[in-house]
Amino acid sequence: MLGRTANDLYWLSRYIERAENMARLLEVGYRIVLLPREGQGFHEEWRSTLASTGCAERYSSKFEKINTRDVVDFLLFDADNPSSIRSCLTTARHNARAQRTSLTRDMWECLNSSWLEFNAIKPSNVTSNQLPGLLDWIKERSALFRGTLLNTILRNDTYYFSQLGTFLERADNTARILDVKYYVLLPSSEVVGGGVDNFQWGSILRSVSAHRSYRWVYKENYKPWRIAEYLILNPQMPRSLAYSYVEIATALDDLGRQYGDRHACHETAANITKLLQTRGINSIFQSGLHEFLEDFIGRTNTLSAQISDAYHFNG
Amino acid sequence: MRNFFDEMYGAGGEVRAPYSMVAEWLGTQRLADLKLKHDEAEALFRRTGITFSVYSEGSSAERLIPFDIVPRILSASEWRRLSAGIEQRVRALNAFMYDIYHRQEILKAGRIPVELIVQNEAFVPEMIGVDPPLGIYSHIIGIDIVRTGEDEFFVLEDNTRTPSGVSYMLENRETMMHMFPDLFSRNRVAPVETYPINLLRTLESVAPRGLDREPVIAVLTPGLYNSAYFEHAFLADEMGAELVEGRDLVVLDGALHMKTTRGLRQVDVVYRRIDDEYLDPQVFRRDSMLGVPGIFDVYRSGRTTIVNAPGGGIADDKAIYSYIPEIIEFYTGRAPILKNVPTHNCRRPEDLAYVLEHLSELVVKEVHGSGGYGMLVGPAASKDEIEKFRQKLMARPDNYIAQPTLALSTCPTLVDSGLAPRHLDLRPFVLVGDQVRLVPGGLTRVALKSGSLVVNSSQGGGTKDTWVLQD
Repeated sequence: MLGRTANDLYWLSRYIERAENMARLLEVGYRIVLLPREGQGFHEEWRSTLASTGCAERYSSKFEKINTRDVVDFLLFDADNPSSIRSCLTTARHNARAQRTSLTRDMWECLNSSWLEFNAIKPSNVTSNQLPGLLDWIKERSALFRGTLLNTILRNDTYYFSQLGTFLERADNTARILDVKYYVLLPSSEVVGGGVDNFQWGSILRSVSAHRSYRWVYKENYKPWRIAEYLILNPQMPRSLAYSYVEIATALDDLGRQYGDRHACHETAANITKLLQTRGINSIFQSGLHEFLEDFIGRTNTLSAQISDAYHFNG
Repeated sequence: MRNFFDEMYGAGGEVRAPYSMVAEWLGTQRLADLKLKHDEAEALFRRTGITFSVYSEGSSAERLIPFDIVPRILSASEWRRLSAGIEQRVRALNAFMYDIYHRQEILKAGRIPVELIVQNEAFVPEMIGVDPPLGIYSHIIGIDIVRTGEDEFFVLEDNTRTPSGVSYMLENRETMMHMFPDLFSRNRVAPVETYPINLLRTLESVAPRGLDREPVIAVLTPGLYNSAYFEHAFLADEMGAELVEGRDLVVLDGALHMKTTRGLRQVDVVYRRIDDEYLDPQVFRRDSMLGVPGIFDVYRSGRTTIVNAPGGGIADDKAIYSYIPEIIEFYTGRAPILKNVPTHNCRRPEDLAYVLEHLSELVVKEVHGSGGYGMLVGPAASKDEIEKFRQKLMARPDNYIAQPTLALSTCPTLVDSGLAPRHLDLRPFVLVGDQVRLVPGGLTRVALKSGSLVVNSSQGGGTKDTWVLQD
């Protein structure tokens, strides 16, 4: 496989995952705006949404104020925002077109149809009533693409690089959501524990589609350290850091077996995976949740660069 | 109004035998349903991504080549004659190229003017003395054939460089089978789906000699903004070959390599879809970003085969075209099975004089032009256009050839008002390696504008599925 192909496949998966995560974040943000709130609370919500997606600076360079219409447009349709859903789908489709020979026909047609349909949408025609439907559709298309990939692709390097893209993006995304809201998860906030906090905790879980499963796992009301534990350390939760890293390490091991060699990225991934399997949530809180997440995001970036080096993504 | 031979109704209006079933079926269809089927076909093409980019409209513009749902049908006996003529032609063309780049017997025999070769832009002196595997230069050739009557077939052009369109031949068939399965169950249509495996066999057969492993084959594309990118990806995919761009390749220690996830890997056969001049900036155009520095030296040393070979343009040059009957006789010892269109070489003073006098009746083409650009279709041109062209022609006569306006056959085609006759041609794709391989079929291009004789997709032409019936 060409190094350029591996690079395109990896980023193709990252962008599809990013589009789906963006849809989820928008859904949560929009839900909050709809609720009766005091003061300017929803501005704060959009601010954290923008921060979680890493788009805050770009947004404020373009708009003076935060208002719902602008934020939604910016995150959904803005071609100047490289992380908007439009940009994610366009980049993913561009990569897919460049690597058509590596994708199955089903995968390509799924992605190409999504892109064609999305481009046919006129942003000004999307009313607030239609927004939830559109976000659902984006999640469905992403799920369809993942499903098609899992059902049709050969289990070789094509698959492994796709898996790496999906789960590195997912780990990074979950970590960012937690980091932006880490202060509502600190033990002290439980004492505060009012309706607002409960609401904040709920929306963190929602933004990774985990509000229902949390109840199944913990059978109790939202507790901030439980939420942190769930999204960081639970190996069963498919959007947790621990789960994402099991998938990353597995894909790297499989790749190492296929190619018959191992690189620095294997060691990095193994270390992070082990850390997530052995560390307790108390010790994470003791040394600082924010510091832990920052360190995690940094290590994940390093891993991404190491993978790119090891497999000649740039030739 | 001239009388044209119609593929379905012949010259007299009776349905011709190969079309009997399809004509009957069309008679039972409502126009609205046919249009619906047409839209469905185009949606399929769009979803599959069988599109081409349009340079002038920015990088994001992707267009469909219009597809017509009425097939173009050839009988088994018509095809037998065509294929015999095609095989004879491609063998002669390759023998000609070998000769031109070696002993030049045909020039010594005085059958072709020497200056027509050595002063020709399509002649690549760097190829002199190079010995490509099996002596083959053009492995993939698209022969453009037009029909003017029941038994009147003419070769309009031999495309010996990098002919495109074969993916449309294959996808048109896929689409037709998907939409009209019952038509196929009622007609014995010869399959075309073996083309990609035939292409693979052909490429393998010309791999460098003495390899102790299966040859590594790559399709070299200029990239996804090229108008034929879909085809490049399609063929690579169908063959299980790597699709590469120039930047993925590197010459090291006298061998060609591609940059893979595991480091460098040697490439044995390059099916290149970029033009000669962009192939190697060290030998041809220095500013080329699409090619691979040093690839020509590797080719010359025999360590990698380039398909088609550089310099093959000498055989499809329009100034050489009028000598093809001579070429066929010279190398095969037989008369050509397929006729050429009578051609005036404007470089000859007597021809030029004739052409200047008959501009309004002739089709005048640039010697090195393609894609239907830069040509004059006399009968369809205004006085003003003819006068402008006359100036260009007089300024550089050796840059032009002229041919009579052929009464291209028509075939019923779905247009807004219903089914109407439209002019068409045929491009079969023939493969030359350890043997000549030709799938029964080709790309039928159709001029969608009423009365138009220009079928090129760049000029608004469409395509049809091409059926060759089995006995």
